[in-house]
Amino acid sequence: MTAAALLLLADGRFPAGAHAHSGGAEEAVRAGRITGPETLAAFCRGRLHTAGLTAAALAAAACAGAVPPGALDAAADARTPSPALRATARRLGRQLLRAARATWPAPELDAVARDHPGGLHQPVVLGLAARAAGLAPRDAALAAAYESVGGPTTATVRLLGLDPFDATAVTARLAGDLDRVADLATAAADDAAARGTDALPAASAPLLDIAAEAHAARPVRLFAS
Amino acid sequence: MHLDHRETYPPRHTSRLRDDGTRRALRVGLGGPVGSGKTATVAALCATLRDRLSIAVVTNDIYTREDAEFLLRNAVLPAERITAVETGACPHTAIRDDISANLEAVEELERTTGPLDLILVESGGDNLTATFSSGLVDAQIFVIDVAAGDDIPRKGGPGITAADLLVVNKTDLAPHVGSDLEAMARDAKAQRGDLPVAFTSLRAPDGVRPVADWVGERLAAWRAVA
Ligand SMILES: Nc1nc2c(ncn2[C@@H]2O[C@H](COP(=O)(O)OP(=O)(O)OP(=O)(O)O)[C@@H](O)[C@H]2O)c(=O)[nH]1
Ligand SMILES: [Mg+2]
Repeated sequence: MTAAALLLLADGRFPAGAHAHSGGAEEAVRAGRITGPETLAAFCRGRLHTAGLTAAALAAAACAGAVPPGALDAAADARTPSPALRATARRLGRQLLRAARATWPAPELDAVARDHPGGLHQPVVLGLAARAAGLAPRDAALAAAYESVGGPTTATVRLLGLDPFDATAVTARLAGDLDRVADLATAAADDAAARGTDALPAASAPLLDIAAEAHAARPVRLFAS
Repeated sequence: MHLDHRETYPPRHTSRLRDDGTRRALRVGLGGPVGSGKTATVAALCATLRDRLSIAVVTNDIYTREDAEFLLRNAVLPAERITAVETGACPHTAIRDDISANLEAVEELERTTGPLDLILVESGGDNLTATFSSGLVDAQIFVIDVAAGDDIPRKGGPGITAADLLVVNKTDLAPHVGSDLEAMARDAKAQRGDLPVAFTSLRAPDGVRPVADWVGERLAAWRAVA
């Protein structure tokens, strides 16, 4: 287990394509739901405890290795009602897999590339990448949870010209929530090892799903999702 | 999906060979400031080369799908040969720091419309420091124009000094904006040494010829190595 590998995996500069995705923030900015630090904080808290928790549990389960990646991918599909978000998750999963294979070469990752040419949901790949990097399930969960708020925050800085110090403070104040979500996700992944993917959380935010569909249909946008 | 069949540690994390062992399409990046003529160059290259070569294009529009739509409107290529990639407000990131989406787009084009000879990747208009990663393209063209000021070659920057081809476009405008083409050529030579520079006017008939010839040479060299 290495803390440095977790820093690398969770770093926004890790070249896996996430920089072009706003995690729903672009649509929320356009709809007037994110206008400044307070509303960004509310958006991030909501995303973290819904889509973020679900993603974190999938990542932890993939990292633990007890449930096959294909079954976790099916579980992710069932928890992602928006076709646009399913397509985005697989696209980001393919991109992360390329980066992970280059960074932490592992036969397991090669097998995933071979067996799932269409890609797996990004949180599943994140868990597998964490595993290849020698990390533990809770690390994978934490990386997924952090990403669920980091993406929208960076995007909002670009979209609104939000003061980057305020934006970073928003993430810092969510630190306790991030740890709690990682704990819940790790416990759920433990459960899933015994009881299967039904034990994984299915928390979702309908507005994120609806907004993602609206965003995908827009001819003019800065972010891919 | 990307699979490195033949190389354990490929110099680029994308394959160089097709499944049948032949070399994949040559990937050429076109970068440069906003409005210098990147899309016009791509369109002219497609029109000139498409009878001999199988071509596809990836665009990295900053905000809209303008570039992709311009190419479609002008029917330089069928729609399935043009992919637009979003850049999250950072066009240079998408071609340099995190090339994931672009790599996927070029590989997808090869898979769905290949075998291709040439893939052109147009960057969103950016600043003079924006260059392509060698992990994404095999060669890059930096397009500037005479109307943005004839001191740009003197100012330098990685695009000016290191691009495999520097294109100074819109020479037809030089007399109207008072740009000194000879000074631009001198400054470019000082910055680039032996690297080639092409002066073009895409308004002139066959104005893209110097660029098309250069692409032809690169393609011949690319295939010769296979
Ligand atoms: N006079 C003149 N105009 C040109 C020439 N080449 C391009 N243009 C015009 O310059 C404008 C910008 O050209 P584009 O090809 O869209 O430029 P671009 O670099 O792709 O622009 P962005 O993608 O927005 O960065 C268009 O109106 C073109 O018609 C040229 O050689 N001479
Ligand atoms: Mg253009």
